[in-house]
Amino acid sequence: MQRYILRRLLQGALLLFIVALVVFALARVSGNPIDLLVREDATAEDRAHLQKALGLDRPMHEQLYIFLTGAVRGDLGQSIRYRRSAAEVFFERLPNTLKLLPLAMAGALAIAIPLGVLAAVYRGTLVDRLAGGLAVLGIATPQFWLGIVLIYVFSIQLGVLPSARMGGPSHYVLPAVTLGVFLLAGMMRLVRSSLLEVMGSEFVKLARLKGLSQTIVIWKHCLRNALIPVVTLFGVYFALLVTGAIVTETVFAWPGVGRLTYEAVIFRDYPLLQAVILLKAVIVLSVNLVVDILYAYLDPRVRYA
Amino acid sequence: MASPGRVVLEVRDLHAYLYTRWGVVRAVDGVSFALREGETLGLVGESGCGKTMTALSVLRLMPEPAGRIVQGQVLLEGEDLVTKSESEMRRVRGRRISMILQDPQTSLNPVFTVGSQIVEALRMRYADGVDALRRLAEEALRRVKVAAPAERLRAFPHQMSGGMKQRVVGAIAVAGEPRVLIADEPTTALDVTIQLQYLVLLKEIQARTRLAMLFITHDFGIVARMCDRVAVMYAGRIVETGPTRALFRAPRHPYTAALMASVPRMEASVERLPSIEGQPPLLHHMPVGCRFAPRCSYVDDRCRREYPPVVPIGPAHEASCWRVEPSPPSR
Ligand SMILES: Nc1ncnc2c1ncn2[C@@H]1O[C@H](COP(=O)(O)OP(=O)(O)OP(=O)(O)O)[C@@H](O)[C@H]1O
Ligand SMILES: [Mg+2]
Repeated sequence: MQRYILRRLLQGALLLFIVALVVFALARVSGNPIDLLVREDATAEDRAHLQKALGLDRPMHEQLYIFLTGAVRGDLGQSIRYRRSAAEVFFERLPNTLKLLPLAMAGALAIAIPLGVLAAVYRGTLVDRLAGGLAVLGIATPQFWLGIVLIYVFSIQLGVLPSARMGGPSHYVLPAVTLGVFLLAGMMRLVRSSLLEVMGSEFVKLARLKGLSQTIVIWKHCLRNALIPVVTLFGVYFALLVTGAIVTETVFAWPGVGRLTYEAVIFRDYPLLQAVILLKAVIVLSVNLVVDILYAYLDPRVRYA
Repeated sequence: MASPGRVVLEVRDLHAYLYTRWGVVRAVDGVSFALREGETLGLVGESGCGKTMTALSVLRLMPEPAGRIVQGQVLLEGEDLVTKSESEMRRVRGRRISMILQDPQTSLNPVFTVGSQIVEALRMRYADGVDALRRLAEEALRRVKVAAPAERLRAFPHQMSGGMKQRVVGAIAVAGEPRVLIADEPTTALDVTIQLQYLVLLKEIQARTRLAMLFITHDFGIVARMCDRVAVMYAGRIVETGPTRALFRAPRHPYTAALMASVPRMEASVERLPSIEGQPPLLHHMPVGCRFAPRCSYVDDRCRREYPPVVPIGPAHEASCWRVEPSPPSR
């Protein structure tokens, strides 16, 4: 187990290195930040001065070296817009996102599992078809559009829920729903199909042969097996959520790291963008590692060597 | 051979169909047999003739939602199971009728320990506490000759060999002390020496508890070793039933004869019955008369028109064929 974790950590480090390279390259091909930073009447000397101050006049490989060695030490550079450490800005915003993601995740799971089970148990019936229709709708609906529609209905027309920014519990409802719907739809379909597969297996027949009730057979014998693929994909779902948070947080003016990503792009604050992407990658990778360890608990056949 | 006891399970004219997209599969189409205490009845026939479906419909566990019993009775000690509710059936399964499934490798749930799966079966029967149940489970494993049973209880199925899993499945099947045990080709997945040990074990359990056994197999060698009587099934029906010895000495139905002729020696073991000329009929497209008629070398017009009646031949020996002459039961 320890060797497995060590190997995974090394793999993670390698992945992060690749992410860093890509991020570094992308930030430099997407436009010159100097153009955004100086006033329009700036002279060539002003520009050169600023370029020098930011280290942008040095050759690429030197810039990369500075970036990487800094990153290893935890120094991800100064945000151009905030004129502060980019990492500091990120960690200031992170708690706001961390309040939203688990809520969306838990909500999606809490609905997806029972709904998926119902759809599988009553396959082919109206329940199944309704759930299937909802899932297609959930997957096909663009997040920004759903967010805007929800704001229109619940904030503007009905006036029951706040539309923007953080606040009391009611502020969480619309962003969490917007973020969770996509996840819910995918998970529900997965629970349904993997449960159907499990329900056809021999050990389910054996469980029924023992005289166990259908309820115990489904919720104990089938579901435990059916959830294995759901847990396997948990890391993917989490990554999707982190990405989805960019749109949702922007629509709802939610001061989290998703919105921060958006800001960094819009203002070409590339040190901040580099920091945000790298730190998000670290988080996604750590969550994946934890999930894979949990996975061993669910499926005893998994061996970590 | 045990002395014949009273009848525990009697199946009368059972019809169980599968309603599929391609039509109605008449997997069990008028099956009748009786099973006595302490007796083993062999059920043989080519692959796909409906042996497993017969067993599953007795337990009312046909594939859902396609399978349905459309006609007939399943009398367990006089009570009809066909009309019982699902919750009543739950009290029958495991406690009064058990079944060993065709594939032992996949019959155990991979995510639970062997111990918890045995305990679960025991709990259906005994209202004892967890510790007592675990001791019973240990005892159950010891009885099917699993070494170091206490440790084995903590193992997961994937940590066991095929033969060991088979024993566990056997232990689960008899945990509730059922009156009837259906064994669906319980040894096909095992190699020959382990097969033999397992069969001996089943016989021992039977001798101790006077179990009535329905033993489904392809293997005439195993039939000769295990069964007091044999029922030969073809395309959803039993075409001949008789005491093992009488049936082996003088098979009366042309299908039985063809089946046995296709096995080189009686003790020979075959995975699947070697093919007789032609194919069995599709079970959703059954011929009108005798189902074997298209493949039978003695076929005449009447065979194609009408299904033959059951003709008594000798003591407990009968066949469904127009060619068979009834003989009065000999004294
Ligand atoms: N789930 C199912 N849906 C539709 N048809 C099925 C299903 N399971 C079995 N059948 C059909 O029912 C018929 C009887 O199958 P059954 O499993 O009882 O055969 P069997 O005699 O046990 O064969 P084998 O010796 O191969 O186990 C077969 O023709 C098969 O194609
Ligand atoms: Mg079968």
